[in-house]
Amino acid sequence: MMDYNSILSRQVQEIKPSGIRRFFELAAEMEDVISLGVGEPDFKTPWAIRQAGITSLERGRTHYSPNAGFQELKREICRYLERRMDLHYTPEETMVTVGGSEGIDMLIRAIISPGDEVLIPEPCYVSYDPIARLTGAKVVPIRTRFEDDFRLTADALRAAITEKSKLLIFPFPNNPTGGIMEREDLEEIAEVLRDTNIFVLSDEIYAELTYGDKKHVSIASIPGMKERTVVINGFSKTYAMTGWRLGYAVGPQPIIQQMIKIHQFAIMCAPTTSQLAAVEALRSCDDEIEAMRDEYDMRGKYLVGELNRIGLDCFEPQGAFYVFPSIRSTGLSSDEFCERLLREEHVAVIPGSAFGECGEGHVRISYCYSLKHLKIAVGKMEAFLKKLKEEKHEAAES
Amino acid sequence: MDQLLSLLTEDARLTNAELASALSISEDEVAARIADYEARGVIKGYKAIVDWDKTDRDYVNARIEIKVIPKKGMGFEEIASIISRFEEVESVYLMSGTCDIALTVSGKSFKDVAMFVARRLSPLESVQSTSTSFVLRTYKELGVFVALDEEDEREVASL
Repeated sequence: MMDYNSILSRQVQEIKPSGIRRFFELAAEMEDVISLGVGEPDFKTPWAIRQAGITSLERGRTHYSPNAGFQELKREICRYLERRMDLHYTPEETMVTVGGSEGIDMLIRAIISPGDEVLIPEPCYVSYDPIARLTGAKVVPIRTRFEDDFRLTADALRAAITEKSKLLIFPFPNNPTGGIMEREDLEEIAEVLRDTNIFVLSDEIYAELTYGDKKHVSIASIPGMKERTVVINGFSKTYAMTGWRLGYAVGPQPIIQQMIKIHQFAIMCAPTTSQLAAVEALRSCDDEIEAMRDEYDMRGKYLVGELNRIGLDCFEPQGAFYVFPSIRSTGLSSDEFCERLLREEHVAVIPGSAFGECGEGHVRISYCYSLKHLKIAVGKMEAFLKKLKEEKHEAAES
Repeated sequence: MDQLLSLLTEDARLTNAELASALSISEDEVAARIADYEARGVIKGYKAIVDWDKTDRDYVNARIEIKVIPKKGMGFEEIASIISRFEEVESVYLMSGTCDIALTVSGKSFKDVAMFVARRLSPLESVQSTSTSFVLRTYKELGVFVALDEEDEREVASL
């Protein structure tokens, strides 16, 4: 018999399996689940983009691309970042990746040595921590709080920094909280970082999804920050292209070059069809971005209004497409809440604890769904909350 | 376009409170704006979209294209107005292209509709010719999938 435990690497075995695996499996077994659990747009990729992918296939463009991506695409990415994000990069400072997630992996692998500390504001997307651990990093979570609109404060950052701090993960607009960082907040963070040797991974995958008059500001656009930041972005959320698996990273050339080196050995290049479709996205789909954002905005406001009405305290999301209400008033843990809501009302939302310990007491609700779908789900959540209240009442009486 | 109208055309049963949340305005303002739209005839009504194949109602629907002989004192408005008054007629349009007026008509049976064309429509003086096509299956109606189910292919949960 093979002893697989001795075969598997120590680091891999030490990565905790996702705490909500069981929950996912339960949801997958049920047939009539009303899901509010996804982290991807419900919109189909705009037709012009799909058409460009089809055309590329018809023309037989089915080969590898250059490792760092087609020059044409890198140029369009730079133009786009200039036009919409006030970021100034050249194609030589740009690499095309397999989704934003590959960019995260490549940067962490390129700069972390065992023992380095990686600062991760939580709650946050789930991949930074395990990937950092694979490189032998020590993960240092920094808690963001409801009272601060889930922003990273300069004080919290300062308190977490040690001599070993190497990388700050900067996940804004944030999944799952919907928190963003505005220019003044960024200035304060930049002030803390300027005198250090800490590098920044700015995950801006939700950059196009900010609401009201709050436009996304990249930390790389703050004076002194560009030289110490790699910006990760992609096509998944902006253009509803999750299945195409396409993203990009821009940053200082010495760093990007090393990321390309690993990418070349690990992945070779991003999918050619997706790259050629993405050129069209960047050239002609600014209007589609706005239309989708307006729709998310309306749904988000609707959902916040309804959740507040049925008794769940809610921070109004300023970015991304999630609401992250507190469920503390129910007396349940976020795991219990989600499992019971799924079993009893067949509605799937994600326990906040999946996004870091400090996510406990919250659940993540996605609004990548039609209003009609949201309305049905809210009705069921209302019934569930009412039942919980009655249970509490009965328990108090007896 | 006013987002209120876009929401109502998506789902007219959203309550004023829900509309108020989605638009970040007060319920009173929602009510006032809807009342104004109704009073000015911008909003003409609210109806359910029904898949009649799933009910016991016998229902057939046809599209009829009409060519009209223009006559002195009898423009398209007049003939459209006359046709619109028949209860069987569900919609009437003035068209560009090969016909002048297009309408949809419903009845209990093919015969019902055929008789309507023969007895009511064709005899109208300015109607030169009619061309009737029966609807065999409705896939989409007013933006809503009817015979087709639009499936959400996404996983139940993803992070």
